[in-house]
Amino acid sequence: MAFFKGLSEKLNHIFSKIVHKGRLSELEINTALREIRIALLEADVNFAVVKDFINKVKQKATGQEILESLSASQQVIKIVNEELISLMGGTVAKLELSGNPAVIMMCGLQGAGKTTMCGKLAHLLKKQGRNVMLAACDVYRPAAIKQLQIVAQSANAQSFEQGVSNPVKIAKNAIKEATKKSCDVLILDTAGRLHINDELMQELEDIIKATKPCEILLTVDAMTGQDAVTVASSFNQRLDITGVILTKLDGDTRGGAALSVRAVTGKPIKFCGIGERIGDIEPFYPDRMASRILGMGDVLTLIEKAQAAVSEEDLKKMERRLAENTFTLDDFLTQFDSISKMGGLSQILGMMPGAGRFNIKESELDESRIKVFKAIIQSMTPQERANPAIIKASRRKRIASGSGTSIQQVNQLLKQYEQTKELMRKFKGKGGKIRLPF
Amino acid sequence: MSFFKKIWEALKKTRESIGYKLSQLFGGKVLDDDFYDELEAILLSSDMGAEATLDILDRLKDETDSRKIKDRDGVLRALKAIMIEILEETPIPQITTPAVITVVGVNGVGKTTAVGKLAKYFSAQKLNVLIAAADTFRAAASEQLSVWAQRAKVKIVRQDQGADAASVVYDAIQSAKAKDMDILLIDTAGRLHNKKNLMEELKKIVRISEREFDQANHLRFLVLDATTGQNAISQADIFNEAVSLDGIILTKLDGTAKGGVALAIAKRLALPVMFVGVGEGIDDLIEFDAKEFVESMF
Ligand SMILES: Nc1nc2c(ncn2[C@@H]2O[C@H](COP(=O)(O)OP(=O)(O)OP(=O)(O)O)[C@@H](O)[C@H]2O)c(=O)[nH]1
Ligand SMILES: [Mg+2]
Repeated sequence: MAFFKGLSEKLNHIFSKIVHKGRLSELEINTALREIRIALLEADVNFAVVKDFINKVKQKATGQEILESLSASQQVIKIVNEELISLMGGTVAKLELSGNPAVIMMCGLQGAGKTTMCGKLAHLLKKQGRNVMLAACDVYRPAAIKQLQIVAQSANAQSFEQGVSNPVKIAKNAIKEATKKSCDVLILDTAGRLHINDELMQELEDIIKATKPCEILLTVDAMTGQDAVTVASSFNQRLDITGVILTKLDGDTRGGAALSVRAVTGKPIKFCGIGERIGDIEPFYPDRMASRILGMGDVLTLIEKAQAAVSEEDLKKMERRLAENTFTLDDFLTQFDSISKMGGLSQILGMMPGAGRFNIKESELDESRIKVFKAIIQSMTPQERANPAIIKASRRKRIASGSGTSIQQVNQLLKQYEQTKELMRKFKGKGGKIRLPF
Repeated sequence: MSFFKKIWEALKKTRESIGYKLSQLFGGKVLDDDFYDELEAILLSSDMGAEATLDILDRLKDETDSRKIKDRDGVLRALKAIMIEILEETPIPQITTPAVITVVGVNGVGKTTAVGKLAKYFSAQKLNVLIAAADTFRAAASEQLSVWAQRAKVKIVRQDQGADAASVVYDAIQSAKAKDMDILLIDTAGRLHNKKNLMEELKKIVRISEREFDQANHLRFLVLDATTGQNAISQADIFNEAVSLDGIILTKLDGTAKGGVALAIAKRLALPVMFVGVGEGIDDLIEFDAKEFVESMF
């Protein structure tokens, strides 16, 4: 599997080594930290940030507590996780809108995804009942204005442009226009630029002076490498940004830039772009990002998606069944339906803790298999669905012919069901709180 | 501006930081573990990646040990030679005409800009160039490419947004054949390499162009943003698997990104860097030269 190989799996690997040993020696801590260092570097976390991070973890890990504790490995994971979370800002940061119209200015390097993100923000704010206008201040890139207009249209937002003219003037006029059209939020799309281009950085400073944005959001490509620190600190120094947006997180990047950017600017990451469609935007959750990096998957995001796709009632039922360990094939069937609503198997597996360890092959992710599985379950009697243990050879034969499948396929389904059950059992959190993968 | 001067300008930052750090390091006489640790740090922070960095350092150690190199200049020369060797391992493919060049890559790396620049580059060699706007997905993509076609003074084949990309390619090929074009440049939509269906669409485009124009020399260039970190390796890997790449265009080297990832890719995938992008102007595309690239990093 291409997704979430990398840091997640590496750390899992390191920690699984430690798990077997129980106790940690200082040497082991150092070994683990050395590998964490390499893993973080391969994940594109900036070199200096890694160094800092490792030192912090080391300080905490070499304390008495860890060396004498029996669950030392868990404690290292905990420390690494906590450090990652705190490095990325701790809690969820929201948009701070003030002024009428509230002005949001986007900025960033070329190709980071500003224009697309303007549309997504507009879409999001529209859903919250805001009246949004997008203003085209990128007068340099060919057809950028046209692109913004189209994006505004699909977000059902107003758009404002004055062709290829002075971006500072366009921004100022956009405020007037927004007021006239009683828009309460104005989003300024600016041209991508290099942080070392003095003239263009000055232009942004001038736009800020003229429009007093309540949010100045730096858009950063999640695939950015070591240079993320230079870019982010330059933008921050000149513009005093209010936050960061991370784009293209739907790729297989390990996303170390998130850590780097946060560490050098101290500014919160507010949103993530997770696809090319207008609705593909999510708030940034530092704890989830940390667990994603650590290989604990993005269980919480999944739950949220599940809640949108599955009704609250379904979810409660599933949680209860899981708690009672009565997860049946009917529940499995319900899951399949939710899976397609949540954007397919591969996306979900990517967010699942340690999915890599289960060695699920690409072929098993085939969506057409889901159809087969559904057909099989639908050919079962209610008793069989409720208690799959009774499905022995003769029943398997009947089910196979009833669903137009083979006995092997029925066996596969039952195996997958068992695996899923096992997987879900592992997701049970502490204190009876259940964290559902689907 | 000469190639050397341009890349020298473009890589000034790289040179300043790496060169400075190196000169400090090599200033010391003793080549001990600390020295190699620091060297590792420098190479890593230029986005070379762990694998390429460790490999280069191993080779360097072997060299300096066996040849008993202990002076700063000697080590530098050895290091540069290793880096150049890696970059030159795979020869740059010859572009014979008629050629169909499909430009691929993830979102926002500079594909459309590269197509515009390449159109000018080939026209300047008195070749007849046609470009195809096969990004029918992103808003205003074909309008953007049309502007580049005008700038490069070449013709463009396009359809409306939402049209089938493969059908644009089909049209463009027929027109390229009918008009006896030397070079057909195909701009494709940005796509993340882990999206299966989008990669399938790309394969289809390539299949169609090969089928419809079998006398042509078909080439696939991957555009990589020099700002990208280790994910560039994954991009190169998966795009290569999907459409068998012939070379790389490394863009945005006019920023502060070091472009070290080119080495990692050259090493792992034997893919040559063909061109580098050093700005947003139509002439800001230069042929890659490993020696000068490496030279300008120190
Ligand atoms: N500084 C700099 N900017 C570049 C370079 N090449 C491209 N750009 C800029 O990067 C941005 C994105 O370039 P595009 O050519 O639109 O990229 P693309 O890959 O076609 O993007 P999509 O089609 O949206 O995936 C534009 O603002 C370009 O001007 C370069 O070498 N240096
Ligand atoms: Mg493009």
